[in-house]
Amino acid sequence: MVDKYNYAFLDEGSKREIRRSVLKAVAIPGYQVPFGSRELPIGRGWGTGGIQLTLSLIGPEDTLKVIDQGSDESVNAVNIKKFVKMCTDVPCTTRTQEATIIQTRHRVPEVPLTNDQILVLQVPLPEPLRVVEPQEAVTKKMHAESDYAPIWLQLYESLIKYGKVTISAEYPCLVEDRYIMNPSPIPKFDTPKLHEAQCLYLFGAGREKKIYAIPPHTKVVSLAFDDVPFEKESFRGKKCRLCGSTDTYLDEIFDSATGERYYQCSDTSYCKEVRSK
Amino acid sequence: MTLQETPVLRVQGLTVRYGDGCPHCQDHLEKNRCTVCGTVWAANNLSLEVYPGEVLGIVGESGSGKSTLMQSLYFDLEPTDGTAYLQNYGDGKRNIWEASAAEKRHIKNTIMGMVYQNPIRGLRMDYSAASNIAEKIIAAGSRNAGQMTERAKELLEAVEILTSRMSEAPKNFSGGMQQRVQISKALANNPALLLLDEVTTGLDLSVQAKVLDLIRKIKAKYGISILLVSHDLAVIRMLADRTIVMLDGKIIESGLTDQILEDPQHAYTQQLVHSLL
Repeated sequence: MVDKYNYAFLDEGSKREIRRSVLKAVAIPGYQVPFGSRELPIGRGWGTGGIQLTLSLIGPEDTLKVIDQGSDESVNAVNIKKFVKMCTDVPCTTRTQEATIIQTRHRVPEVPLTNDQILVLQVPLPEPLRVVEPQEAVTKKMHAESDYAPIWLQLYESLIKYGKVTISAEYPCLVEDRYIMNPSPIPKFDTPKLHEAQCLYLFGAGREKKIYAIPPHTKVVSLAFDDVPFEKESFRGKKCRLCGSTDTYLDEIFDSATGERYYQCSDTSYCKEVRSK
Repeated sequence: MTLQETPVLRVQGLTVRYGDGCPHCQDHLEKNRCTVCGTVWAANNLSLEVYPGEVLGIVGESGSGKSTLMQSLYFDLEPTDGTAYLQNYGDGKRNIWEASAAEKRHIKNTIMGMVYQNPIRGLRMDYSAASNIAEKIIAAGSRNAGQMTERAKELLEAVEILTSRMSEAPKNFSGGMQQRVQISKALANNPALLLLDEVTTGLDLSVQAKVLDLIRKIKAKYGISILLVSHDLAVIRMLADRTIVMLDGKIIESGLTDQILEDPQHAYTQQLVHSLL
């Protein structure tokens, strides 16, 4: 551990302020709590919201796992892991079950999380209404008044134009029948995992300076019309070329040399574990 | 229509003022501007009633306060003073201008329909014609996509737009078609009152005739009450049962349309009638 920095890089006052925002976010599931996003030694938009959450929560007893698009070995994940380890000296793992804090970008692990785990998601655009309304003051008012007709209209427009809802990631969810929330750019394959989960989900947007949360056992419903049910991605007829899994989220890989198209698990640690059994 | 019936809309003392006003305002008005304090009285103590199934025409020159009245009724403008009661809101006993934001939205989406002079104000130009109609239905609380599509088809057929074009955006339509999409959108939830603000202005004569014919058919088919603003007496003569003449933010004459056109009392009305006949 590098001693030149405070434990977990941020000063204690900053960490307390972030934790206070987290408490508020947990108390009002799905509500975006503004917070004073701190400067970090990485650029905004590279997971600074998630890192601040991780740094403010982490302690010597914790075990950290960082994944990026399901992978433990991507550049972003490895660098975040190195940085947190450098200023906390906590053990890092790739096994989902061993981690107490999992920081992730664009995926929720395949292994169901438990009530002693926290999943921290990095969020680029926390505001689900941004696609229909550019002004922050207006979206705040829309949330306050539960005026969500424009977001339903987005879904309907998709149905009219393409015959199906074409949103594949950042699929809007209604939390506890109150706030519509952007579950970060996880695929809609993962959004049902947020419903009545055992673990705590925390969402941090460093550039947009917002934190929001889904506490354990919270009702999270992906928006769907009465006569057009929500459907997650289907990988029917396909399986992971490495572990043979058929019920996981699969990445499509195209080999331009052979023209071959094959699939493998997006969650690399899960895939490795299945293979080792 | 009989005057014993309860009015669909009752407006009392509507005033829209730009400026603080002064004790001399009403005595020193040059057109609608106070020569002492410079306050502009866009609408000055307007009172009117619209009865079930009636078309009430409002005629007057540019700047006479016609659109101010319409925009106040549709909550686009906040009146300085006055009350308005809708038969379908709070049993006709609650002032709509004191309603909460959610109630105002409910009134706009279910009790009233508005057709603006400029379709850009009334339509989402990048969304399909069907979505424009569905927007109102969604805002009224429906979450059944199939029913919305059926209703959109029905209304587009009623305004003579091919249902094969329902997935096209109004920005690709002609001015007359855009106006007809606006009318179908305004009718989406069977409102009790339709507000038409200069709906034929800017359209060529053949398209004007089509739109006017359509409004006449809608009135006959749905028995809806209409508040029709126009500076064109020919439009008023064709559609309105009763007419109000406005000048400088005030109502200067009102009565049956035939009576106003055949026997105008006020000098301005006489000038208006004689200049057009």
